[in-house]
Amino acid sequence: MSATSDYRRREESITLATESAGQGETHELLTLNIGPHHPATHGVLRLLVTLEGEVVRDIKPIIGYVHTGIEKTCEDKSYWKVIPCVERMDYLSYYFNAMAFCGAVETLLGIEVPPRAQYLRVIHLELNRIMSHLVWLGTSALDLGAMSMFWYCFRERETILDLFEMSSGQRMHTRYFQVGGVMEDIPHGFAEKLAAFVKDMPRRADQYAALLEQNEIVLQRLRNVCPLDEQTLLGLGVTGPLLRAAGNPWDLRKAEPYSSYDHFEFKIPVGTVGDNYDRFRVRHAELYESTKIIDQALQGLPEGPHITLDRKVALPPRHELATSMEALIHHFKLVTEGFRVPPGEVYYAIESPRGELGCFVRADGSAKPARVHMRDPSFVNLQATAPMVKDAYIADLIATLAMLDPILGGIDR
Amino acid sequence: MPDATGLELIAHDLRDADAVSVLGTTFAHGRATVIAEPGRVHGVLERLKDRGYSFLASLHGCDYYPEEPRLGVLYELLDMHEVDRISVKARLHTAGPHIASVVDLWPGANHPEREVYDMFGVFFDGHPDLRRILMPEDYEGFPQRRDFPIGGEPVLFTYNEEHSYGKWQ
Amino acid sequence: MEVTRRQIDSPSEFRSRQLKARDMLRGDLENDALEQYVTDAVLTTTLDKAVAWGRSNAIWPATFGLACCAIEMMSIVGARVDIARFGFEAFRASPRQSDLLILSGRVSIKMAPVVRRIYDQMLEPKWAISMGACCSSMGVFNNYALVPSDKFMPIDVHVPGCPPRPEALAHGILKLREKVQGHPPEGWRERYGAVGTEEVVPEEIIPEEIAGA
Repeated sequence: MSATSDYRRREESITLATESAGQGETHELLTLNIGPHHPATHGVLRLLVTLEGEVVRDIKPIIGYVHTGIEKTCEDKSYWKVIPCVERMDYLSYYFNAMAFCGAVETLLGIEVPPRAQYLRVIHLELNRIMSHLVWLGTSALDLGAMSMFWYCFRERETILDLFEMSSGQRMHTRYFQVGGVMEDIPHGFAEKLAAFVKDMPRRADQYAALLEQNEIVLQRLRNVCPLDEQTLLGLGVTGPLLRAAGNPWDLRKAEPYSSYDHFEFKIPVGTVGDNYDRFRVRHAELYESTKIIDQALQGLPEGPHITLDRKVALPPRHELATSMEALIHHFKLVTEGFRVPPGEVYYAIESPRGELGCFVRADGSAKPARVHMRDPSFVNLQATAPMVKDAYIADLIATLAMLDPILGGIDR
Repeated sequence: MPDATGLELIAHDLRDADAVSVLGTTFAHGRATVIAEPGRVHGVLERLKDRGYSFLASLHGCDYYPEEPRLGVLYELLDMHEVDRISVKARLHTAGPHIASVVDLWPGANHPEREVYDMFGVFFDGHPDLRRILMPEDYEGFPQRRDFPIGGEPVLFTYNEEHSYGKWQ
Repeated sequence: MEVTRRQIDSPSEFRSRQLKARDMLRGDLENDALEQYVTDAVLTTTLDKAVAWGRSNAIWPATFGLACCAIEMMSIVGARVDIARFGFEAFRASPRQSDLLILSGRVSIKMAPVVRRIYDQMLEPKWAISMGACCSSMGVFNNYALVPSDKFMPIDVHVPGCPPRPEALAHGILKLREKVQGHPPEGWRERYGAVGTEEVVPEEIIPEEIAGA
């Protein structure tokens, strides 16, 4: 009897008030190493987390575990061959990497991209944005514990990869964007398949919303968790959905339109509070907007060449090689040496699914670039982790990392 | 982008504030660059930040070998209200590659400056935690300098298989 | 598993087997007779083969996505190329609980000791698949920052591609299964009679003039 009443008394004495520190007790800070091999860190990210109990007091990300020296490799290859190297940086948004580089080189060369190529580029860029957000959604839901989302998102991803395979022959890292346009025109059947996808995608996005957005667990884990205000984000150099979730509608597609983005009508989803839930909703809403852009681009796809007609930069079509001597010479020069770019430096920025992706190219007049640097959005966004997760729980740290959407390939390059 | 005249006006203002800080300007392909003196770059950036270019889009390095001064640190600034970009370039010699850190102006310069240090060997004075970020901590050498060899393993064929790196047995 | 069938030749043999079975059930068979009964009646194969069959059909990979190949590795878990049908569905996060390390992506010099340590933490029997061109050889990036994976750990199957299609990785996984089951696929070596990377020409074909000269 006394045991149970002791137990009851002890139970009643427990309140949920926070323990106050400094009553003669010492609270030690525990430094925990998360990663680099960890299922929830979205790649090989190592975090040194200083914990007090379960509350994160400080976090130090350690990167470099997938550093591939891509920028150094690019200095060794001709401009044409740099495109596949550069694509493999931010490995979920490969079209964006290629677009930034091709845009930079086109600026240096001063060549015009034909309108059909611009629209095709927009279609592929937005498809890639949807695909990147789908992978983000699937893996983030996996981190939060909602495992079925992974399979649904990857089912959509397979449809998109089928489209990529139709247009370029490869699922990932397609080398479809070339300097001056795109590698090949889209084949027959691509437009129909794309139209079917565009019709289907909003419905699927609604299904994903229905699965997650009203879910009690998702709301509790994401709502009002790790907010960060706009001024801190701007000081840290953060762009993309993270900045838009905090309320700043900065999007390079609207602010500095490139590749005919100003021909399309679309909205920029913007959040209010800047917590994890807003980041989640902003990326989810971007799925709808990207689908709208693809639809408009497909409807208004102009006729014309798919790559610039300047034979000094783009390969001539193969049938011309049998008849024209100049075409043969151009082909030979382009394949062996590549085109030469007059000396200059340029910084070309586009809006990738993670933020501002900028490409700095320095040309010294030869056929190989003298410096290629990608300003990767995840590299800069990662610095926002520390202020975000300060004084939050470890579980919130995992959710915040998921909502941050870092891609280690871009961070480490 | 500020056009060529706008760039000259900005350079004029910067020279008014600090006569030796601006070494020159370049305007090419729609990109305005202010070439700043490495010792005064912090002041130049602070003045540009007050002028409206309050967002640091990128901080990166470039090796201008064989032109001297060899190492360049480039800052890409963005004005979100006017939608304007400007670049600031500071060139350093390999002999004493020290430059002021701008982490106090933009906390987001932390990782990019570490990367420039790691890859080019530029020391940022005033950086809270200047150590290697991409290479292992004890790595020797600055990989992205132009005179650093590209490295790599030889491709194995039958003729050189025996003298290769040796597969794990 | 091997299945052998035996014909029952005559009714008398059948009757004698019936009586032996009855004796066994009653506990009347002893020692040699019992052993003989067991070897006759129970179809077994060698224990190793059974174990290998079990192991090959339930290899649990460790989640070790490094770079772009990791995304294609995630899509083999998806519904289109489903490796759960081969028993590979349980991707374990802890290396202690997994059998297979699918190295998917480029191994940088900072990561190589970490990979080696994780491989060492796995318990025997363990296998490793090097997925993609970057970890098998140096791939697209032959430079200072990468290490080919078979420089620091033993790899069983290399899957080429950049990134390999999910079907290609599934093909590599099936080859690994065949290897675990004890008959590793030799591929072209069978057809050409090769050892390692060189073709061995059998001596009968060499004309005597050349062999003698």
